[in-house]
Amino acid sequence: MAVRKAKFFVGGGLFLTALVGLLITGVEEGKAYYQTVGELQAMGPRAEGRRVRVAGDVVPGTIASEGEGRVRFEIEHEGSRLAVLYTGREPLPDTLVDRAQAVAEGHLLQDGSFEANHVQAKCASKYDAAYDETKTDPAPATPAGRQATN
Amino acid sequence: MAVVVMCAYAIVASLLGVRKQSTQLVTSARRALVAAAGFSALSVAALLALFLADDFRFQYVASYSAAALPWYYKVSALWAGNDGSLLFWTFLMLVFAAACAIQRKNDELMPHVVATLGGVILFFAYMNYWVCNPFGQLAEITAAGPIPFTPRDGNGLNPLLQHPIMAIHPPILYTGYVGFVIPFAFCVAALWTRRLDAAWIANTRRWTLVAWFFLGSGILLGGRWAYVELGWGGYWGWDPVENAALMPWLTGTAFLHSVMIQERKGMLKIWNAGLVIVTYLLCVFGTFLTRSGIVSSVHAFASSEFAWRFLVFIIIAAALSAALLITRIKDLRTENELEAVVSRESGFLFNNLLLLAACFAVFWGTLFPVLSEAIQGEQITVGAPFFNRVNVPLGLALLLMTGVGPLLAWRRSSVDSLKRNFTVPLLSGLAAAALLFAFGMRHPYAILCFAMSAFVVVTISTEFHRGVRARRAHRGGTYATALVDLVQRNTRRYGGYIVHFGIVLLFVGFAGNAFNKDVIADLNRGESTSIGPWKVTLQDLPGGETPVYDWLGAQLLLSKNDEPVGIFQPRRQFDKATGQATSEVRRHATFQEDIYLVFSGVTEDGRATVHVYRNPLVRWVWIGALVMFLGTVLTLLPNRSPVRRAETVAADRGAALEAV
Repeated sequence: MAVRKAKFFVGGGLFLTALVGLLITGVEEGKAYYQTVGELQAMGPRAEGRRVRVAGDVVPGTIASEGEGRVRFEIEHEGSRLAVLYTGREPLPDTLVDRAQAVAEGHLLQDGSFEANHVQAKCASKYDAAYDETKTDPAPATPAGRQATN
Repeated sequence: MAVVVMCAYAIVASLLGVRKQSTQLVTSARRALVAAAGFSALSVAALLALFLADDFRFQYVASYSAAALPWYYKVSALWAGNDGSLLFWTFLMLVFAAACAIQRKNDELMPHVVATLGGVILFFAYMNYWVCNPFGQLAEITAAGPIPFTPRDGNGLNPLLQHPIMAIHPPILYTGYVGFVIPFAFCVAALWTRRLDAAWIANTRRWTLVAWFFLGSGILLGGRWAYVELGWGGYWGWDPVENAALMPWLTGTAFLHSVMIQERKGMLKIWNAGLVIVTYLLCVFGTFLTRSGIVSSVHAFASSEFAWRFLVFIIIAAALSAALLITRIKDLRTENELEAVVSRESGFLFNNLLLLAACFAVFWGTLFPVLSEAIQGEQITVGAPFFNRVNVPLGLALLLMTGVGPLLAWRRSSVDSLKRNFTVPLLSGLAAAALLFAFGMRHPYAILCFAMSAFVVVTISTEFHRGVRARRAHRGGTYATALVDLVQRNTRRYGGYIVHFGIVLLFVGFAGNAFNKDVIADLNRGESTSIGPWKVTLQDLPGGETPVYDWLGAQLLLSKNDEPVGIFQPRRQFDKATGQATSEVRRHATFQEDIYLVFSGVTEDGRATVHVYRNPLVRWVWIGALVMFLGTVLTLLPNRSPVRRAETVAADRGAALEAV
């Protein structure tokens, strides 16, 4: 009885240790710091080599394809601008257009630009399609009441 | 319109408020749930009618629909946004609740089941009416107050959602999410009344399976949609929304397995009650995660301030359930102890641990940004590498258990039986590994996965073969008739094996990911790029327009070993209503591999950027899903000739004896 219980405890202990080990190494491997453009630039050289996710709005007219899937664009957040070069393997999301909110994941280069290998972009969204006022014919309108906040 | 909705919910609220112990009142409470379902159906129908009538006075309709949409996408626009999808969610939950309430059985548990369902649905009805009412009208704010206002046309439906799968994926997924409310309600009722034998579990087995089935199908359909529509060459990205659906599926799977121990041995009662509660809470948590915007996601949800109410609901429900569980802990004492380390029971236990560990890992990774910000003050995200690192080994261990579990005897397995049962499957697995290694495969996880798949397939076929042999010895007949007979007599067991077989196929498909290759090329007309034996040549860049969108295509000739295979035309489409661009991918799918073609755009000097993916074995994911689907349906069918419990036990003893 006692031996059997001990076996279960040892087994459970080993299992937990393995799980915690996996979690820790997994986090080390996959982690990326979420920072704003301003915070990242303020870090200067300390940011080199650090894997970062940085968010901002795409500056209109800056998206330029360099071919072979490499794309340059600039993002802006609270007055700070960051030049991004996308070198990832996945095609860029279709939602990456002028003024879209973009999240670039990668690292800061020595020249102050940012090399991203993963980009997410938000615009037309399932739960986020705020009513587009530009498409309506009559004068500017505001959706009434609490619906405006959805 | 809104009045109808309000009526419906007021009625539910009042009727449930007065439920007491008298039979009449209980009956009326049951009927109230049915009535509420009727009213809820009415409000969904009303919203649907507004969509079909293009009534753009209503903000929700104007936001997600447009006059030019075909009627089926107008229907699916119903759940394209937060408010409508939540209304639809409540409706589905009420359908489940009503279906459960009209059954004339479980009289002891039913009052509390109805009360629990009522309480939960009340919350969602509150959200529908006061917080996320989709029946709001547009109005223009003027000095004289708001004036109703009707735009000429709606914003249109996000073109990515204009896909047949997207028309059915959300309802199926929601059905899965809400279905777990029934086992949850039964569990709460059982705890409440202290009727804690296996009855509540037996009563909810089918409900749980149905919910689990829909949730799993919903997840796989979502993957399929991502693969054929999103154009990044994959079907699973460990996105928070995907994770939100995966977590309750994992705990639900754990529950489906561990209930067998409770039914058989009266063990793990606390564990099972806990699993049901956690599964349901994870379902609601998934809704919260999807709509709250606390973690950023490609599904891009709004950071909406209403979502905290979900969190409050979860916390209250969790606290109440935990309190119930703790005060009933004495009644949940186990009837048996684990007898041996190597036994079916401990196999189930290990399977549960693995599923829960996987769920925890997904939870941890999904919420890591939130947790790290709270603790360290810095938001740190963990991406796909984290999830793969942790979940691939856990998944492989689970796959192994799929094969090992059914071979272990209840109570304890003797060394002899282990030898007898495991020799052939183990050798098959090793042979598979050796063969793959000899053919030059070096990826350790992939070899492990294929070897285990071989192992599991052999164990499953052995189980079938044994059953058929026993049946024929007993009753004669051909192999085929005996097989059909066998499955019909114990649909639960053999359906389960078929589901396991589907899981193996899924894993074979997953393992194909280890060998994905891709190439990006900028091509002039007549130029080509190649990947392995495949060659892709750009022939032309056609374009055109439809009432809904403009498009530009890349006409590509695909050939293998210089033999032409076909002409494919991936496109870029530009939606006229929303202005959004989408990629229409084209695939050449075979059992061996998919060639996945994406046209990403035109460079400044007029060359077409073409992205070619070579994804081995992807088709097996979809086939595996289909097999799981069939297996689950089989499991849900009643046994042809219901075997009495004593007989089952005797039969199992026989099988155990035979195995020993």
